[in-house]
Amino acid sequence: MDERDFVRPRGPIVIDIENITKDYVMGQETVRALRGVSLQIHRNEYIAVMGPSGSGKSTLMNMLGCLDTPSSGRYEFNGRNVAEMDDDELAAIRNREIGFVFQTFNLLPRSTSLRNVELPLIYAGIDPDTREEQAAQALIDVGLGDRMQHKPNELSGGQRQRVAIARALVNKPSIILADEPTGNLDSKTGEEIMALFEHLYQRGNTIILVTHERDIAAHARRTVHLRDGLIESDEVKQDRQVQDRHEAIPV
Amino acid sequence: MKRFLYEVIESWRIAAAQMRSNMTRSTLTALGVIIGIIAVTLMGTAVNGISTGFDKSMAVLGDDVLYVTQWPWKPVDDWWNYRDRKRIKTEYAETLNRVISKTPNTNLVVAVPTSNLFRSIKYGGNQVDNVFVLGTTSDFTLTSTIDCKEGRFFSEIESRGGANVVVIGYDVADALFPAESPIDKQVLINGQLFKVVGVNSRQGTFLGLFSWDSMVALPLGAFNKYFSGKSESDVRVKVKDKTKVNEAKDELTGLMRRVRGLQPEQKDDFSINEQQAFKSTLDPVKNSIAFAGLFITGLSLFVGAIGIMNITFVSVKERTKEIGTRKALGARRRTILLQFLIESTALCLLGGFIGLTLAFLLCLALAAAVPSFPIHFSIGLVLASMIVSVITGLLSGFAPAWSASRLDPVIALRYE
Repeated sequence: MDERDFVRPRGPIVIDIENITKDYVMGQETVRALRGVSLQIHRNEYIAVMGPSGSGKSTLMNMLGCLDTPSSGRYEFNGRNVAEMDDDELAAIRNREIGFVFQTFNLLPRSTSLRNVELPLIYAGIDPDTREEQAAQALIDVGLGDRMQHKPNELSGGQRQRVAIARALVNKPSIILADEPTGNLDSKTGEEIMALFEHLYQRGNTIILVTHERDIAAHARRTVHLRDGLIESDEVKQDRQVQDRHEAIPV
Repeated sequence: MKRFLYEVIESWRIAAAQMRSNMTRSTLTALGVIIGIIAVTLMGTAVNGISTGFDKSMAVLGDDVLYVTQWPWKPVDDWWNYRDRKRIKTEYAETLNRVISKTPNTNLVVAVPTSNLFRSIKYGGNQVDNVFVLGTTSDFTLTSTIDCKEGRFFSEIESRGGANVVVIGYDVADALFPAESPIDKQVLINGQLFKVVGVNSRQGTFLGLFSWDSMVALPLGAFNKYFSGKSESDVRVKVKDKTKVNEAKDELTGLMRRVRGLQPEQKDDFSINEQQAFKSTLDPVKNSIAFAGLFITGLSLFVGAIGIMNITFVSVKERTKEIGTRKALGARRRTILLQFLIESTALCLLGGFIGLTLAFLLCLALAAAVPSFPIHFSIGLVLASMIVSVITGLLSGFAPAWSASRLDPVIALRYE
């Protein structure tokens, strides 16, 4: 990679993957979902992972999100070896370092926005007062200060995804991992969510976007294409190109 | 530790929300536990009651009284060794009393003779058959708690003179004198008139065990004069200090051997019994009733527990995606395990609480309908059934909760 590709100074490395593979045993045969992927992600990068279905995109996302461990290869998250962690250590990493945003929002249907956002803080063992304060602040940050006591079924799709983003942000994680975050939204709401991600990126967050939509991936500064369990391409755009795009869309 | 506490609180909240949103399902599932707890609690009450009833009947015997009898108060295999023993005579009491009064530092207080048989009693048009008629002395009040509701026990003078007076039990009084006071009335026993001087207060009967309620007592002199049939006799001896029953027993054995004129090489031809011996033969009976009863009713609770287990499995299946989400957000295995354990425990506690309330009401109803049945609803029982509920919840929830905690987050998140 060339230094000139980056306008911003590169932050420290958050994710360092080297030659990881993942095999799944399906009945008689073994499926090689990842065949040796190496990737470095720095602090405050905005990266899109793209690829058709079956490319190993989801598997890579599970690795990056510490939901699963690789069959072989090296994975360091903030310098810590993730590949050999047990379930509870992985849970702790997910809790503190990773903010998940899902396509289907995955909010608890019977809890208010505030309680949904508080959830990661409960697992982190934060006391109730601090919890509520931080959760409320996260909701204000995503523009839902007036929807704290609403339950998911009282919110629009875009609002639900904002709650989910607030939940992802509330623990101040090292990375935000968004899996098709606009997949269940209409295109206008989708753009609003992407604008929110852009805002979060500008504020210094590290965002990993997993998507198969070019339009969505275009928001990112760097795009990694996967095919057949290998990285096909890894392009870095200049901030200029992305900003041009943003100016074209009325927010 | 703090984190654990927050997780517990959170789990209770989820459990409450879960029950609220699945009202019908939760109620039906809890019903199994409700029925189980009602069954176990009622059985517990009954067992408690039986125990109380036994103890109450035992109390009649007195824990500081030795009974000199021909047959021992326990099942014997060699009955032929007892059959031919000489009968116990009421006169022994006088002999014993003479010796006791001359012995310094004796452990014995007084010997009281009793004879009994069954007779009918009449008053006016009313008649009671098969009444336990007891002939004794006025010292009888020393060996047994006699609490007169009306009147008094017969006096020493009446006792010595063999007067025609009688003290009657509560049920006897109730049958013969439904509308009037029995005191100073003349009742007919075995063709002889006896003046009623006292009525015992109600004691209650239980499982056909002996009760004062269906008994009458009269002076031994009169008894011997009028009732010539085959009567059973024994001598009761009051002990001075009930912690020294064994010493008293040895002393009494020695006295009785003298009374019977036994040579040193001869075996005792009488038995000395105490309440404790009687108790130890009845206790196994009591315990096996308790065990069998609780086991059978426990089965219904077990069925309830299976219902809880089943519904928790359903709940885990339904909420697989939620479990995945929680794991992605940092829930550890323990957290998920705890959550589902608390959910099943909450259901069981709810069932237990409702069951206990219903059981309590049933007990009140039963007590009102069948007053003679000894019902004992205690705080201990409430605590026990709550503990049983919690344990049921934990046990029945464990398998589903364990499977939930072991779910792979990747698979759980993908589950639709």
